[in-house]
Amino acid sequence: MAATSLLSAPRLAPPATGTAAPSAARRWRWPLGALLPAALLALWEVLARAGALPPNLLPAPSRVLATIGELARTGELWPHLGLTLGRVALGFGLGTALGTLLGALTGYLPLLRRLLDPLLQGLRNIPSLAWVPLFILWMGIYETSKVVLIAVGVFFPVYLAVMSGIQNVDRKLVEVGRVYRLSGLQLVRRVFLPATLPAYFVGLRNGLGLGWMFVVAAEIMGANKGLGFLLVDGQMTGRPQTILASILLFAVLGRCTDALLAALGRRLLRWQDVHGTAGTS
Amino acid sequence: MLQLDHIGKQFDNRVVALDDISLHLRAGEIVTLVGASGCGKSTLLRLVAGLEAPSTGRVLLHGAPLTGPHPAVGVIFQEPRLMPWLAVAANVRFGIAHLPAAEQARRTAAVLARVGLSAFAEALPRQLSGGMAQRVAIARALVTQPALLLLDEPFSALDPFTKVSMHEHLLDIWADARPTLLLVTHDVEEALVLSDRVVVLHGHPGRISQTLRVDLPRPRRRTSPEFQAWKQRILHALEVEAAA
Repeated sequence: MAATSLLSAPRLAPPATGTAAPSAARRWRWPLGALLPAALLALWEVLARAGALPPNLLPAPSRVLATIGELARTGELWPHLGLTLGRVALGFGLGTALGTLLGALTGYLPLLRRLLDPLLQGLRNIPSLAWVPLFILWMGIYETSKVVLIAVGVFFPVYLAVMSGIQNVDRKLVEVGRVYRLSGLQLVRRVFLPATLPAYFVGLRNGLGLGWMFVVAAEIMGANKGLGFLLVDGQMTGRPQTILASILLFAVLGRCTDALLAALGRRLLRWQDVHGTAGTS
Repeated sequence: MLQLDHIGKQFDNRVVALDDISLHLRAGEIVTLVGASGCGKSTLLRLVAGLEAPSTGRVLLHGAPLTGPHPAVGVIFQEPRLMPWLAVAANVRFGIAHLPAAEQARRTAAVLARVGLSAFAEALPRQLSGGMAQRVAIARALVTQPALLLLDEPFSALDPFTKVSMHEHLLDIWADARPTLLLVTHDVEEALVLSDRVVVLHGHPGRISQTLRVDLPRPRRRTSPEFQAWKQRILHALEVEAAA
């Protein structure tokens, strides 16, 4: 019968499952991405050596790197790095946990959303730095106030992403869950959670970026260790190469943590049927 | 086995979608609801699926009133509605997660073979064509071994060639366990190829205007004069109601 032959002999070969070999384009991503920064660094170095840039305002990259190297050699670098990373990690963890929880509750329960969301949106509009004096007053100038400040920064993008992600889950998919009589909890676990994952990752990456921003604020305002402290220290002692070293380290660390998150996202979101690359935000 | 007892449905905005619909389906029957767009046929199907409740009247399955989605009722929607993050096999298993793993695997493999997609068990929905995705949706509904299968314009999004082969395929599969089928479509030929009975609905508000018992022997050939005569009969019934 024509029907059986049409359907039982798939003309298309089944798609290869598992990770495909990286395409030629992907292999070139790293070198291409580094092209512009490398060119700018080279230009900066050349201009600095030629004396076109004032060394007391904009020292050469080689001097900045030498400063980093010096800090690494004396062992001073690592406590600064570790402390800043630790603060970001703790603040990110706290902010993400709270943001996910509240976002899920307000996303899923209309009454809670009507109660909580206006308040949270109002709080969101307070500029980040305005929190600093208040937190220092409440929690002192040590670790707690810093971690809480970072958590506040991370909280809002994650909260927003989860709440709106849940609101935007395709009703058609939820109906499939209902047809199979999934309980409320099962619906959340098997439909809402995976469906919200793409939006969640956007929220996480934004949150992480804000976390790095807030750690600078926290450390500028009162720390004796950390990359932000180095920033202030460089300014106080009139050493621009220290300031730039701190900035460079922030950039590298921020980029690396973001890249890790992005890589995780790509892995978990490979199923997306989108115009761009699946899993990128 | 399915009884619709004076079903009425009115939505919040006072639109009366269905008015006094009564219908009885025997086990193993294939019944199709035909009507123009907006006549309420999909609403009626959703009531039987338990996704919404009737405003008046009752839906009785095996004599018992339906209060929501029922394990013996399978639904195939107009879109495949596959979970995009699950591979084909995982999608098919979606509704039988409460069964032991071995049973799940056995049923899934059997039903995938039945729809001709065994080779695509680990493919993602985004890698499938429309027809293939709809076959996965059919597999997902069948794997629960439902006594009643509801199909809401299941092939309307497919091209004519795929549609024809899907009709043959559906009848083929139906012949296995002979579930009761309640189909909704606006494609009159589709209704004729598949059904034992064709119920003509006219809308605003939705009412049954005619029920026609199709006595053509199976397999039905679209090109036969009897088939075409039936088609004219149904088209006429639809037109008459549209003019009314």
